[in-house]
Parts: sequence; C-alpha cells; structure tokens
Amino acid sequence: MTHLLAQGQVLAQGPDWISFDVASFVDQFWSNTFDGLTYGAIYALIAMGYTMVYGVLQLINFAHSEVFIVGAYALFFTLAALGFGPSAPNLNVFALIGDLVLAMLVAMLAAGAIAVLLERVAYRPLRRRKAPRLAFLITAIGASFAIQYAIFAWRGPNPEPALIMFRPQPMFDIFGTIIYDQQVVIFVAALVLMVIVDQFVNRTRLGRGLRAVAQDPDTATLMGVNRERVIVLTFLIGGFLAGAAALFYVMKVPSGVQYNGGFILGIKAFAAAVLGGIGNIRGALLGGLLLGVLGNYGQTLFGNAQWTDVVAFVVLVGILMVRPTGLLGESLGKARV
Amino acid sequence: MTTTSETSAGTPSKGGDRRLLGGLRDRWNGLPRAQQWLWLIPLVVLIYALPVLNPPLLTTEPGTNFPIALFDAARFALLAIGLNVVVGQAGLLDLGYVGFFAVGAYVAALLTSPDSMLTKIPYLWTLPIAMIVTMLAGLLLGGPTLRLRGDYLAIVTLGFGEIIRLLATIVGPLKGQVGFQGVGRPPGTSADGQPLFTTSNGTTWYWLVVTITIVILLLVGNLERSRVGRAWIAIREDEDAAQIMGVPTVRFKLWAFVIGAAIGGLSGALFAGQVGFVNNQKFDVPTSVLFLAAVVLGGSGNKVGVIVGAFLVSYIPNRFVELAGYKYLIFGVALIVLMAFRPQGLLGARQRLLAYGRQAYKRLVGKPEQLASDNPMTNERGGQA
Repeated sequence: MTHLLAQGQVLAQGPDWISFDVASFVDQFWSNTFDGLTYGAIYALIAMGYTMVYGVLQLINFAHSEVFIVGAYALFFTLAALGFGPSAPNLNVFALIGDLVLAMLVAMLAAGAIAVLLERVAYRPLRRRKAPRLAFLITAIGASFAIQYAIFAWRGPNPEPALIMFRPQPMFDIFGTIIYDQQVVIFVAALVLMVIVDQFVNRTRLGRGLRAVAQDPDTATLMGVNRERVIVLTFLIGGFLAGAAALFYVMKVPSGVQYNGGFILGIKAFAAAVLGGIGNIRGALLGGLLLGVLGNYGQTLFGNAQWTDVVAFVVLVGILMVRPTGLLGESLGKARV
Repeated sequence: MTTTSETSAGTPSKGGDRRLLGGLRDRWNGLPRAQQWLWLIPLVVLIYALPVLNPPLLTTEPGTNFPIALFDAARFALLAIGLNVVVGQAGLLDLGYVGFFAVGAYVAALLTSPDSMLTKIPYLWTLPIAMIVTMLAGLLLGGPTLRLRGDYLAIVTLGFGEIIRLLATIVGPLKGQVGFQGVGRPPGTSADGQPLFTTSNGTTWYWLVVTITIVILLLVGNLERSRVGRAWIAIREDEDAAQIMGVPTVRFKLWAFVIGAAIGGLSGALFAGQVGFVNNQKFDVPTSVLFLAAVVLGGSGNKVGVIVGAFLVSYIPNRFVELAGYKYLIFGVALIVLMAFRPQGLLGARQRLLAYGRQAYKRLVGKPEQLASDNPMTNERGGQA
C-alpha cells in the first residue's frame, strides 16, 4: 500500500516499483504451462485434504499443511535410509519404483496418522462441546503452529539436505518445449490418485456415507451412517493424499523439506480448493491445475519467484470476492443429488 | 452483587479463580465511575514507574533489557487493543493484522530513514500519517472482503498479510531484507544534552507508548459504549439477526476493520521508531498469529484481558529467554488447550450492557438468568445442554 502512495514521487529518480517482463513471459509460455501443470497436480492433491474436510465438517483445516510436512519428513527419512543422497542413485527402473513406492507409503501412513491424531486431539473435543466455528479455527491455527514449531525445535530452521530421486530425462517435445519424464510421472500419478479418490467417494458404500454426512450430518446419522467414523475417514484420506503429494513435491523441489515448508504450499492448496469450489473434489483438481499455471505465469511476468505466492493470494481473494462458491461450486454433498 | 458467580453462565462454573475473578469484576463494575478513577490513578502511576523501579522478580534482566521488554509489552498491548476491536468486538477473525503493523512501520521508515528515497519529515508526523495510510489499507482490504465470514475472512486476511510481506521483499524500493536503517525518533534532549529517545533506551519509548495506549483505550472505550459498539456486539453475536434488525453490518464491520487497522499502523510506526530499523523479516505469519494469541489468550472482547494477554505473549519470551525459541510452539499449544478448556480466554468478555441487564433480571425475578452467550468464544448454542 505504501508504495502506491509513494509512487508518484519516486518514478522520476528511482528504479521501477514493479516491472513487467513480457518478453520472457512469451518466451517461456509453454514451458511455464507444462511446469505449472506439474505443480498444479501437487496443489490439487493437497487441496483434496482441505476440500474433503471442509465438505464434511465445514472446517478449514489450517493444520493440513503440517500434515503434509510431516509426510514430507517421513518421506525424507525413508529415502535417506534407503540410500538416496544428493546425487541420483544408479538404480534400475524397478528398484527405483519399488523404493519410491515404499517411501510414498510410509509418508502416506505418517501423514494419515497425524491427520487422524489431529482430529482426535484437537477437533473432537470441540465437536463434543458444540464449540463455535471461531474456536475450531483458532484451534486449527494453534495446531498448525504447534506441529510446525515442534518440528522446528527438533530439526532446526534449515531445510533438510536435498535428495535426488532420479535424473529427469527428456521425454517429448511439444511446441519447442522439452517435457521431462519427471513432470509426466508427477502429473499422471497425481491424476490417478485423484481419480481413485473420486471413484471411491462416488461409487463405494463408505463414499456414499461420506457424501451423506457432507450433505446433512443429522439425517445421515439417522440413516445409520456413523458420523464419527466418516470424519476419521475423511481426515485419513486427506492425510494419505498429502503424504503422496509429499513424494511428488520432494521429487520436484528436493530442498523443500523444512519445518515451515508446508505453510505457503498449504495456502496455495487451499486457494486451489476455493478456486475450484471448496467441497468439490473435481474442483480441487481444476483449481490446482489453474493455480499452478497462473503462478508460473506470474513468476516470469514479474520476474521473481515469490510472485507465484502473490498470485496465489490474489487469485484467492479475487475468486472469493467474485464467486465465493468457486468455479464448479460446492458439491461434495450439496449439488449432487 | 455478592453472589454473582452464577451470572457467568455459559461456561461450566467450576474452578475458584473464575469465581474470584468474576466477583472482582462485578465489584469493580459496581463502583461509581469516580471511584474507579480513584483506584486507577495509583495503578497508572505504578505502570509508569515500572522501568525505573525494575522490580526484582518481574525484571527480565540480565537476559533482556527491562525497559525495552516493557516497551515491547506496551506495543503489544496497543496492538492487542486494536486487534481486539476487530476480533473481540466485531467478531471478525483477522489473521493479517501484521500487514497493518507492517504498513505502519514502513510508512515511518520510508518517511524518516536516510535510506529511503522519499522526502523526509519529522518522526512524530509519521504517526498520524501511518494511521491514515493503514486506514486506507484497511478500507482497501475490508471494502471488498468483509462480505466474507469466519474462516474465509480469516484466510483472506492471512493472504493480505502475506502479500504485504512479499511486496516488501520483492518490490525494489522497499529494500527487502536490507531494510531501512536509522528510522527517525521523537525530538527532545535530556538535561545533559543526550537525546531522550534512543534505540537502546526503552524507558522514554515505554512512557510514550503507555501514554498513547491510555488515550487509545479511552477513545476505543467510548466507541464501544456508543451506538457503534453496540452494533459491533450485535454483529458479533449474530450477523444475520443484526442485519434484519436494521444494523448496516457492512458499514460497521468496515468501521471496526479501519479502526483496528489504524491502531495497528500506529503500533507499527512506534515499533519502527524504537528499533530504528525496518526490513521484511518482522512481519511474517507467525507474528500475526502471536498477535492473535495475545487477544485470544487474555480473553477477546475484554480490554483488560487483551492487555494481560499481550503482556504474557511478549513478556514470557523476554523473561524466560531459554523459552524464547519455543514461543510459537508454546503459544500454539496454548491456543489448542485454551479453545478446549476455556474458549473465552483467561479473562472472558462480559459486556456491561448484558451484565446490567442480568442484574436487572435478577432483581426482578429473584434468580439469575439461565441463558447467556457473552462472547463468540463461549458456547454459541447456549449452554452445555
């Protein structure tokens, strides 16, 4: 705000307050798009955790970013124990996939466990007391901080050393832009996971219970749905997806394992959920992909990596103002009859 | 007036401290205003004398310089009073309060520091300018976003705080981590020709902030007792009902937001002056949550409560330096525990009007009223049943 006020007086002498770099924006348009889709798939996976919990509890689980980062730590230690290091290991494809799947499973279990624990320790006592939503929100913030700074006290402020899982190899060439196998792996794997969850929610008995609770908890309970179990299940699935996202994120950003590494990512994932329509699983995917691409555009247009974050926040504020129900609307239970 | 502990319904009435505090407060509220002032004067004198007295148990030395720790506490208290208008009075959860604080600090830095390219002005002028600019920032943020409620508003304000910090990092002339040195200070020299206000001397700064805080307290107190304050409480308790009853909710929410912002900006400018240095490092989300912790800890909606909360939040890391590294962990856990066991904070809010109403009810009916919802933090569905 201050800079806007001061702009008039400064333009004559100083450097530009904000500069546009249209040339490199045009130059890197396609590579930005594809890379943005990769990031977007990761956002979408995390966004699922927000959107499902919101659908069932009408609660923004602020601490979900910490669920993610716990998964990332579990992944890091598993990979380190498996012998991954600062340079890519020389493994054959099957051994590599085996190791990565193992690490991902550990991360998923850790993240799922912490999500369920969180529900048990922080949120359930409040639900018992029928606490107001403000109390839930403050608890969520408190939990987010408690986990973040517990990790800080344990691991210190610096990121963990980078672990390289494999060296990305060029795969295709589209519009003169090389696409790496890493990007394809992340995008496809994330997509598959989300399709699985979507099908689970839409096709299975448990999924039907989940949708029922999202639509009307009281009636669902009368119809014999165990609400508590559905809530735990929701947190568990969200945690699993966050743990899986940890693998892809560390694959993409090897130095991303840090005590507060989940925070901004969490906000972006939440923005993605809101963009697509919070409570809507497919919306989370759409919102994630869009946000990933937009963030990358912003980054090259304004010429600084931190602009991705600003874009995420601006998109969040913008979408809430113009269309608070998001692009696809709220539909975990509500719209789908 | 003596057996009034039941009037604090809405919370399980166990625990002697609750009874004690409630009794004290009721006795205090029962006193005539003149008598209240009489009691307040020695208290205020004591507060002013604190840095000179440097009481042995309370002191933060040798870890932290005691007057500076007191300045810290006072600036936290000022902030908490501002945030309390937004969170405690109007019930708008603002997680981006640090953004206003940052704007205030940057106004002071840009207008006084030799590192800035702008025209320099005397430091004291930056205080009102900081308030005006942050008010505009509050309008800018609040105007479009105040239609949102609860969680959404919280996350949007969080985004605002982060945008401010990121802009401070990215935008060249705001100098990112390099920051601004030599931010101005109020004029004046002591008898021996030394400047009164320095970065190493907290005492004068503390006195300045305490004075400003008292003025702000009086202003905010008057506001709370006015139509505006009643509208805020109505909005906090039930926004839809308030709107239906003809309260222009958006306008009053904006009021709360703007006033809160101005106080935050003022506090930021004071902080910048005392520290003498502003960069992007002090304005992150953890700081914002610390501000919120101050308000919620003491009891949001209660001015004395938030001052106590602010004191705790700033004093504990300064006094027990070995704990300072864990302060976010401690306050994070404190927030969880507080919400589970005492959601109204250490000193819960009690609106005077409601309290008077209850007294009248008790006189008339002869027994205390059953239902009470004092505060958004207490049970909104009216009791445990």
